[in-house]
Amino acid sequence: MSEKYVLEMHDIVKEFPGVKALKGVKLQVRPGTVHTLMGENGAGKSTLMKCLIGIQPVTSGKIIYKGQEVDFKNTQAALDAGISMIHQELSPVMERSVCDNVWLGREPKKGFIVDQKKMYDDCIELFKRIGLDLDPNEKMKNLTVAKMQMVEIVKAVSYDTSIVIMDEPTSALTETEVEDLFKIIDDLKAKGVAIIYISHKMDEIFRISDDISVYRDGEYIGMDRADNLTQDKVIQLMVGREITDMFPKQECKIGDEVLRVENLCAGRLVQNVSFNLRKGEILGFAGLVGAGRTETMETIFGMRTKTEGKIYKDGKEITVNSPSDAINNHIGLLTEDRRGNGIVGLLSVRENAVLANMNLKAYGIPLNHKKIRSDTQEYIDKIRVKTPTMETPIKNLSGGNQQKVLVGRWLLTDPDILIVDEPTIGIDVGAKSEIHTLISELAAQGKAIIVVSSELQEVMGVADRIVVMHEGVVSGVLDRSEFSQELIMKYATSHKEEAAQQ
Amino acid sequence: MNAKNKKMLSDNMIWIILVVLVILMSIANPKFFSVANLTTLLTGESIKGVLAFGVCFAILTKGIDLSLGAVAALVGCVTGALVQPVDYASKILPNMGQIPGIVAIIIGIAMGAVIGFMIGWIIAYTKIPAFIATLGAQLICRAGAKIFTTRPVSNLSSSYRFLGSGKLFGVIPMIIVVFLIIFAAAAFLLTQTRFGKSLYAIGGNDQAARVAGINVEKNLILTYVWCSCMGALGGILLAGRAGSADPANSGLNYELDAIAAATVGGTSHAGGICKVSGVFCGILILGVINNGLVLMGVDDNMTNIIKGVIIIGAVVLDMRKNAKRA
Repeated sequence: MSEKYVLEMHDIVKEFPGVKALKGVKLQVRPGTVHTLMGENGAGKSTLMKCLIGIQPVTSGKIIYKGQEVDFKNTQAALDAGISMIHQELSPVMERSVCDNVWLGREPKKGFIVDQKKMYDDCIELFKRIGLDLDPNEKMKNLTVAKMQMVEIVKAVSYDTSIVIMDEPTSALTETEVEDLFKIIDDLKAKGVAIIYISHKMDEIFRISDDISVYRDGEYIGMDRADNLTQDKVIQLMVGREITDMFPKQECKIGDEVLRVENLCAGRLVQNVSFNLRKGEILGFAGLVGAGRTETMETIFGMRTKTEGKIYKDGKEITVNSPSDAINNHIGLLTEDRRGNGIVGLLSVRENAVLANMNLKAYGIPLNHKKIRSDTQEYIDKIRVKTPTMETPIKNLSGGNQQKVLVGRWLLTDPDILIVDEPTIGIDVGAKSEIHTLISELAAQGKAIIVVSSELQEVMGVADRIVVMHEGVVSGVLDRSEFSQELIMKYATSHKEEAAQQ
Repeated sequence: MNAKNKKMLSDNMIWIILVVLVILMSIANPKFFSVANLTTLLTGESIKGVLAFGVCFAILTKGIDLSLGAVAALVGCVTGALVQPVDYASKILPNMGQIPGIVAIIIGIAMGAVIGFMIGWIIAYTKIPAFIATLGAQLICRAGAKIFTTRPVSNLSSSYRFLGSGKLFGVIPMIIVVFLIIFAAAAFLLTQTRFGKSLYAIGGNDQAARVAGINVEKNLILTYVWCSCMGALGGILLAGRAGSADPANSGLNYELDAIAAATVGGTSHAGGICKVSGVFCGILILGVINNGLVLMGVDDNMTNIIKGVIIIGAVVLDMRKNAKRA
């Protein structure tokens, strides 16, 4: 085996019950380089990494690390061999201190006793080295999302590693912190450490990558030096077709104000949020993860308790203390966590579709099953849900079709205002553009729509106006004519005053 | 009140409640705050206290242990039978010689370790809820004790009874000393060892713990080994104090009192939060209520109602304190 690569993965296949997540993919990483994995959500990048470090076993394939074939049974084995990972979705142990989190599972010991002082001192030392200003004794839950992310990064690089895997490390970071991270990456590279980098942010990728591998729908598309590639080329490889039809926005007449939110407050992530929404309008909400967009929507929908502020619908103040209040006021919320609080997996498409409508007592006592079936069928047809029958358990549908059923659920409640939070997360490209079409059609029918999305192109593609949030505060509102990625990112990464000064 | 004081207050709330209770009880009956009565109080709570220091480990990992009382009965009966005099007419094991108390105690603790290992293994590897695993273990251990002996095991040797009813330097009840040693040991394990840190991580976020390279299964097994060892020790103390072990009634429902004490002491059933000092305080609070109300002549049912209200109230307060901060 050649020493040219520190890591080679060949013909990796990973099957989940009913799904082939990886269909024989390849990865070759050179030491001392940044190797970026690119692909749409669901392309298999994170799964590939989880297979590498032993969180999930591979179905078949060969992994060669430092010239030897390996098969890590768990993360401990991978860490011992020198592969660490910054996880995108894992939260830390919130109730414990920063220090405890950094040394989790490998606390230095003096005999039988954990050496708390050494833990603390080493933490300070590490933080100093990368310029992080943090008290190691602070409880994790008191940190901002960005700081938590930095702690995760510190933790991953503090292992004595040959490979550091970074899965969306910058998703929650501010610009200066991103710079700090890039400095860390440069240090690591100089030491011969290879970095496997997963990100969707094009400018970042082209700034730091040496090599880029592209994946699509669980298949390996190709690898090349970053210098030989361009953004357009990479996008084309990722998507497999031109992306122009991704956001089919329909022109529609914008009417009167239907919703006005004034000085809404609910905890740290919703501070004095004010905005309005008009009939036929699509209002985008942009910002980084943890900016408080989801929390704002949950507050409007009554899932969180508001501490202050007023909500007006059609000019009249409304009281929303629970989702059922919101539904009665004809507000619908398609939540971000489809599996967590969207679908009820074991129930059928039909039962899922009419779930929110039950609340409106639309089907009487005893239930009018005939009407339930005809309603479901109507929306299955109208929004083109691909399902064998309406009695199929919803968990058997693809993510895109589950999402459509949920859209149907809300449409059945006849909402005036529909809030969709990350409507296309984890959905394949084809279904994505269908969801966008659907949103646009709804607006054209006179519904008022709020689209929360972390994908800048998505918000910019579908919205008439964009509200940008940063750490619980509205930091900017842009009209369609002002839309630009740079401007949105500027607002998303800095406070109102700072952004105005820049 | 500024935020810092507020935090101090909420962190030490249960200690304040304890002090208030002690003052109230002392006013209601001056006899309450006497050395003799306080010794009685501590002696009375020591056994449940030892169990509470066990079960709080399980609760910390989002588990529970319902088998402690039954383990105590089983271990009490078996070890008791080993220390009956040879010439005793109603000896449970007539053909067995009398072995030294300390050996019997070690055997008892070892029994606890084996039972705990089995419970822990089942919970860690079959992933069944701890509630179910330990409920099953409770039935099995209780039945095991009753099969082992149908009548109470009495006439136990004094060397065996030393832990339960002996006095250190002829003054301090040994049972209180054992209780305090277990208090210190539990605090040491949770705050000073890697094992303890791992339990906090497993209870707080088991996925994060696993990814950090912590062997979750091994730590869960150790948790239930510790738990059952405390159950076994409780059984030995119980037999030692009473002078006999009753297969049907020894330790009956003790696990519930232990869980109550751990809960009142701020151990979160959602996992990841447990302070041994808090558990200690929880034990004392329930002890003060028990003892104080008896002194006041309040009847038993009323005492239980008050205890029930306090347990529920403590958890409600705790949930509010730890409510999701947006």
